[in-house]
Amino acid sequence: MRLNVTVNGRPQEADDVWEGESLLYVLRERLGLPGSKNACEQGECGSCTVRLDGVPVCSCLVAAGQAEGREVVTVEGLADHAEQRSHAGGAHGTSLDEARQWQARGTDSQTGEGTRLSPVQQAFIDAGAVQCGFCTPGLLVAADEMLERNPNPSDADIREALSGNLCRCTGYEKIMDAVRLAAARQPEGV
Amino acid sequence: MPTNGVPTTLTQGSGTRGGIGESTLRPDGTLKVTGEFAYSSDMWHEDMLWGQILRSTVAHAEIVSIDTSEALATPGVYAVMTYDDLPADVRHYGLEIQDTPVLAHGKVRHHGEPVAIVAADHPETARRAAAKIRVEYRELPVITDEASALAPDAVLVHEHRDDHHIGHVPHPNVVHRQPIVRGDVASARERADVIVEGEYTFGMQDQAFLGPESGLAVPEEDGGVHLYIATQWLHSDLRQMAPVLGLPEDKVRMTLAGVGGAFGGREDLSMQIHACLLALRTGKPVKIVYNRFESFFGHVHRHPAKLFYEHGATADGKLTHIACRIVLDGGAYASASPAVVGNASSLGVGPYVVDDVDIEAIALYTNNPPCGAMRGFGAVQACFAYEAQMDKLAARLGMDPVELRQLNAMEQGALLPTGQPVDSPAPVAELLRRVKAMPMPPERQWESSEGADVRQLPGGLSNTTHGEGVVRGVGYAVGIKNVGFSEGFDDYSTARVRMEVVGGEPVATVHTAMAEVGQGGVTVHAQIARTELGVGRVTIHPADTRVGSAGSTSASRQTYVTGGAVKNACELVREKVLELGRRRFGPYHPAWATAELLLEGGKVVTDGGEVLADLVDVLGDEAVEVEEEWRHRPTEPFDLRTGQGNGHVQYSFAAHRAVVEVDTELGLVKVIELACAQDVGKALNPLSVIGQIQGGTTQGLGVAVMEEVLVDPKTAKVRNPSFTDYLIPTILDTPTIPVDVLELADDHAPYGLRGVGEAPTLSSTPAVLAAIRDATGLELDRTPVRPEHLTGTA
Repeated sequence: MRLNVTVNGRPQEADDVWEGESLLYVLRERLGLPGSKNACEQGECGSCTVRLDGVPVCSCLVAAGQAEGREVVTVEGLADHAEQRSHAGGAHGTSLDEARQWQARGTDSQTGEGTRLSPVQQAFIDAGAVQCGFCTPGLLVAADEMLERNPNPSDADIREALSGNLCRCTGYEKIMDAVRLAAARQPEGV
Repeated sequence: MPTNGVPTTLTQGSGTRGGIGESTLRPDGTLKVTGEFAYSSDMWHEDMLWGQILRSTVAHAEIVSIDTSEALATPGVYAVMTYDDLPADVRHYGLEIQDTPVLAHGKVRHHGEPVAIVAADHPETARRAAAKIRVEYRELPVITDEASALAPDAVLVHEHRDDHHIGHVPHPNVVHRQPIVRGDVASARERADVIVEGEYTFGMQDQAFLGPESGLAVPEEDGGVHLYIATQWLHSDLRQMAPVLGLPEDKVRMTLAGVGGAFGGREDLSMQIHACLLALRTGKPVKIVYNRFESFFGHVHRHPAKLFYEHGATADGKLTHIACRIVLDGGAYASASPAVVGNASSLGVGPYVVDDVDIEAIALYTNNPPCGAMRGFGAVQACFAYEAQMDKLAARLGMDPVELRQLNAMEQGALLPTGQPVDSPAPVAELLRRVKAMPMPPERQWESSEGADVRQLPGGLSNTTHGEGVVRGVGYAVGIKNVGFSEGFDDYSTARVRMEVVGGEPVATVHTAMAEVGQGGVTVHAQIARTELGVGRVTIHPADTRVGSAGSTSASRQTYVTGGAVKNACELVREKVLELGRRRFGPYHPAWATAELLLEGGKVVTDGGEVLADLVDVLGDEAVEVEEEWRHRPTEPFDLRTGQGNGHVQYSFAAHRAVVEVDTELGLVKVIELACAQDVGKALNPLSVIGQIQGGTTQGLGVAVMEEVLVDPKTAKVRNPSFTDYLIPTILDTPTIPVDVLELADDHAPYGLRGVGEAPTLSSTPAVLAAIRDATGLELDRTPVRPEHLTGTA
């Protein structure tokens, strides 16, 4: 079948999708977006978490066809998503001023240095919340969504919101630190 | 309380930013948070096929026949291979003993053993084709424990053993046996005022790394193959793979792909050979990615164990003797079992001084899942048991359990049961003191202004209690782990370091084959290069087999050994750079010949701080490069009868205090806090060190209260191969983990550092168990503890 889905703001089309394929498989293997991870493929680990029309879901449990005509945000689109949110209320897209000031960003192909990051992504790096990093994309999408709903979470709120995301490396302490840091770094009134 | 040892000081490079001792950030951090980091399961190649493995559905059986015709006829299938299709005479592999068939031959020995492999143009096509392969089994009786393994009429798991252990084991179903005898337990027993005995059971734990076994094999024009793979040791894989592929090692190229955790589970081969076989057979790139179900069958687990202990002490609490017998279930293939036996036995009494010991550890061959390396490696099982014994002894003596441990704690200079002196700081008593001194979490921490926050209570959002029936308990434990490969293993690492001017700046490039599995070795290598070479910019070259072996990312050894190799190579580069400087600028300033010279902040400076030259000018157009192997001091094997020998390189010590709250009616446990104090020698990167300690602590928590691979004792089949049924701690199960890091230098190690990763996994489990015993008053002689063990309904 042919699948039409908007991913990270861009309309995408995938052909010859087998009906049994998951959204995760289509993202990873057909759309060139392997950031969403495949740790369990049974909805237990949360490493494949994406936003489907704004709602966090395990993309491994979403049949590709269920995403037809819908909007998906993956970890690859998180920085853009956060930026758009911070401009929310105003017009979408690039302002004329921004367009005039645009310049190519030099990014280091090995380390990704110079890449624009969302606040929660930056906080994960700064707090040491990344070790092997396999759980990180799903945790980032889930944590970003929680901070969108609840900008001042208690520790218990953070734990509850991230309880569907397994991490085997960190013991979660640095992940707690990262989310607290991202929350603290938010501008007043958000 | 006095402690031995002193903190490390640096002589070179302390003025360069981003060097050792700083919490510099991971060089791969940005790629990992943007989803750009290429893990082994993310590999993609034009025209790529997908590989699938067919695994045995029974644990022990003769293979009567295999019919692949229907699978081969499936549209989209490019190849189906069985044992008979293997290209070389060598058809077995293994870390130490080559007892593991690449594909089953005539017999399967455990549930989930690879029988056939398929390559197809879509993963689902490959899965369905594999399901069409017909295998007829004639089932054999299963060996599942010591009694069935050693029974007079026991079937032999391996009929024709010719490995180097067969000569000293009591039965062919025993992989390896290591006794350790020191002093005279019989007469020491006479001196004991109290004796406590215990029989303990340790469940089978899974590493449960999140990145599944995966890789991409690309056939090359010269008939060789290039494998992009997640592993712990590229060169060990290569050594096992090449003979089976029928290729010389230089035609099997290996590049490390992104590794999603390891914890010992990637020390053995998984899909490496299978992917290469299919790629060479089809002439196309082949990718294999296990799903979680298959991952539970695709790697070895932590050995489950039965442990029998006898501790004696005088009335004032001094240990008189320890006798113990540790039976590890190695499963169907040897994997790392012999080395696990060596660890369990040599570290079997823990970090205590006791002159009279009688230890025996064995690993069995059974038809259970193969077991091998996992973080803590044999020392974990022993620590669970000897720490339970110490608590039991304290209770019998009416002593405080921490004081009893401190009274018997080893210090620098103590002898291990192997006769080996501990010749670096051993702050066992001090770590206990520190962890005990940490502030306690408040009583009734679950109370809030709006009543009980059920999220802070046992049972959590299941809303099973608002505090009724909830009892707090506190427990302590301490452990000892060896660092590095022991027993005479040539445990070297290689590093290639290059220094040159790039873009008007001096840049160091560090190239090793070290597997970065998440531990942060790449961060530390860059820090070492900055410190030793005084540069700001360091490039970490991707790990591959174009440089010499870096050994395994195991045994808490990488920062010590490959870090040591990087330091050593940097020192050699530094000498060459200074030589270059002397040639170029020596005549202009006498200090080039007379002063102690350092590289700091991109300059050559004297130890008095005078700047002699910019590195940019010293290097000019030249590149300075060194590749060198580096070794820690040698070890020796343990004597096969007495266990005596200087078998270990270094030790790592950690202590834990666990605070738990138990709903005694429902048997639900909530760990409230798990505090750790650990001596790390020197924290090269404090942020990463604390991350390692918290991560290791949490894996110990998992095996205390939830994690166990359940194997049916009648069929030897795995009953819970999924994250639905095998539970690892979530963020709700994991408490705060305050960490107190002690830095007492080990003078034998680079920068005085100590391997960090494993020690916290040892003492975490017994501390939690002790806390649950404290809360419930129950004996609890097994781990993990499940609700039925606390409610008497087991």
